Amino acid sequence: MVGDKGWKKWLVISFFLLPNFIGFLVFIGIPILTSLGLSFTKWDLLSTPEFIGFDNYKGIIEDTEFWSALKNTLLFIIAYLPTVLIVALGIAMLLNKNMKGRAFFRAAYFIPVVSSWVAVSLIWKWLFNPAYGLVNYFLSWFGFVGPDWLQDPQWAMIAIVLTSVWKDTGFVMVLFLAGLQNISETYYEAAEIDGASPLKKFLHITIPLLTPTTFFILIISLINSFQVFDQVMIMTEGGPAGSTTVLVQKIYNHAFRYFEMGYASAVSWVLFLIIFIVTLIQNRLQKRWVDYEQ
Amino acid sequence: MKKSGIWAIILVLLIGIIAGCSSDQSTGTSKDGTVTLKYFAFSPGEDHEDELKAMIAAFEKKNPKIKVDYELASFDDYFTKLQTQIAGNNAPDVFELNYENFVSYASKGALLELDPLIEKDTNFNPDSINKKAYEAFQYDGKQYGMVESFSNVVLFYNKDLFDKAGVEYPNDSWTWKEELAAAEKLTDKKNGVWGTYSPVQFWEFYKTIAQNGGSILNEDKTEVTVNSPENVETLTWMMDKMNKYHVTPTEKEMSGQANEDLFKAGKIAMLRTGIWMFDGFKDVPFKWDIALEPGNTQKAHHFFANGLAVSKKTKNAEAAWKWAQFMSSSEEAAKIRIDSAWELPAVSNDALVKGYLEKSPPESRDVVFKALDTLVVPPVIEEWSKMTDMFGKELDKVKLGQATPEEALKNVEKELNTLIKK
Repeated sequence: MVGDKGWKKWLVISFFLLPNFIGFLVFIGIPILTSLGLSFTKWDLLSTPEFIGFDNYKGIIEDTEFWSALKNTLLFIIAYLPTVLIVALGIAMLLNKNMKGRAFFRAAYFIPVVSSWVAVSLIWKWLFNPAYGLVNYFLSWFGFVGPDWLQDPQWAMIAIVLTSVWKDTGFVMVLFLAGLQNISETYYEAAEIDGASPLKKFLHITIPLLTPTTFFILIISLINSFQVFDQVMIMTEGGPAGSTTVLVQKIYNHAFRYFEMGYASAVSWVLFLIIFIVTLIQNRLQKRWVDYEQ
Repeated sequence: MKKSGIWAIILVLLIGIIAGCSSDQSTGTSKDGTVTLKYFAFSPGEDHEDELKAMIAAFEKKNPKIKVDYELASFDDYFTKLQTQIAGNNAPDVFELNYENFVSYASKGALLELDPLIEKDTNFNPDSINKKAYEAFQYDGKQYGMVESFSNVVLFYNKDLFDKAGVEYPNDSWTWKEELAAAEKLTDKKNGVWGTYSPVQFWEFYKTIAQNGGSILNEDKTEVTVNSPENVETLTWMMDKMNKYHVTPTEKEMSGQANEDLFKAGKIAMLRTGIWMFDGFKDVPFKWDIALEPGNTQKAHHFFANGLAVSKKTKNAEAAWKWAQFMSSSEEAAKIRIDSAWELPAVSNDALVKGYLEKSPPESRDVVFKALDTLVVPPVIEEWSKMTDMFGKELDKVKLGQATPEEALKNVEKELNTLIKK
């Protein structure tokens, strides 16, 4: 490398990091700090920001819509997380076997992941149409009358969960596949010699040895699902009757529909805090259930 | 790599960053005195960009020292972009505002007062503009915008369906009662034909309550009057058309189809919709016309207006005024608008209006102007979007059967009280 002395080396390294660092600063770092500052102001983009202390945060506590948005977000997570984990694990186990067309199916399940959320949401909105949608048509084969999905407050969130599971399964599946391939065959061979059933092998070898992967997926998916937005915005816009209004939708409404930048920033920081705390708890708990080999 | 090379690159990068940050905005005036105006608009949409270009060409021919640079955005994105540009000290010189948003921009001091410019301009006479439309863009008694176009909502009806059912065409004397009687005869379950349609949403609501003598707020918008017996009666009527008389399809029965498309398919006999649909209904395979909306105790019609406002921070106020005035009251712009059926110019020029009236369909185009006698403007408050969202949610609940009209209006009253007292 250039230069023998330590500081010169540092200088060169810093220089090569500079482009990335500037990009981070301009597009992420400064905006984040600005939004923290803004969260203590009242600002409609037209007049100059007015400092109002903690009023925005106090407002959040009294805002019933914030609590219902939080509740809706949690409902989404509760329905979405286990479903996507189980479906993706199932598919990953199937595709981990030596079967024909394995590469094709792996690619097929991954296609939704690389598709745009806008396109996916529009297609699913159409599939869920109560009169023309394929979902209800399919249900009618078995004699069921499908619900109104997106127009029915009891079903709208379920429809959004199903869409999200369909879209994200491929991503989670790939992670599980990588995890599965990391498990050494010798464990299974040893268990077989001892006469373990497939279920036992799954419960006592696969599941424990997958825990590092599962932990990673949980952290990533939980952070992402707290920020669920695109599909909600396009499929229901938070309706009907506010039944699918999630936190990010609320932030969007306040920022870009009501032009209350200060309040929107405050809600964003509350959302950040929630995610931060949940992730901290997950990190603490991991010692109890995550099984690193060695 | 040589060390000096690295330092040279660092230097270049830093200069680039500094230059990028400090680059100053041009004032819009070039050396030969030509002024370039930035104009931002939503109303041309995808369909009328060519007409806007023609208007700009006509304007630049009249004013060779002024150039107009336009930028368009869809209505959904428009206000976010506009507000961001204003916040970034990069506001367009002239921009469009619809009546509903005009109030909040005027009240926050983002607009230039036009009265001094109007007084100076000897070529402009406010009488050349429809008075009500002109006054709509006043705030605190001062002119802050120039109305360019307006539109309203009337009753569209399918003549063929009326003939088939042997029902007399709607006329000015109709009330909800006659409408319902006709709708019941026109509804034909077997062929999926519905008698009448009007949506249950905020915009329809504030107009329909006016047809029954009700209102959302009092005249000076200091008191909430939404929770009144008349309004409960009105909302009940709006719901009854679906649930009790079955002359209007519910959302489930419409299953995602737009009401305009159902009308086009001959499935709706009477439809309340905007005159902006004239063009879209031009080629339907049946005869149709328009009439005044039936009211209950009185008549009431929507009034939507778009106008041009000048940014308070513009450096070319005079040129900006000229452009706003041209778009608002010039014959050239008005003619282009009429010829392309792009809303209605707000000019009070009989010759131009005559040309509009002579076009068909619909035959009864004079209804568009008759409706102006009973116009009702939206109850604009500063927290406009919040109010419409809140209303939408409560009306949703009524539609879903989660709330009765009484309960919904009581909730609306409570929430509105907090909104206007902010």
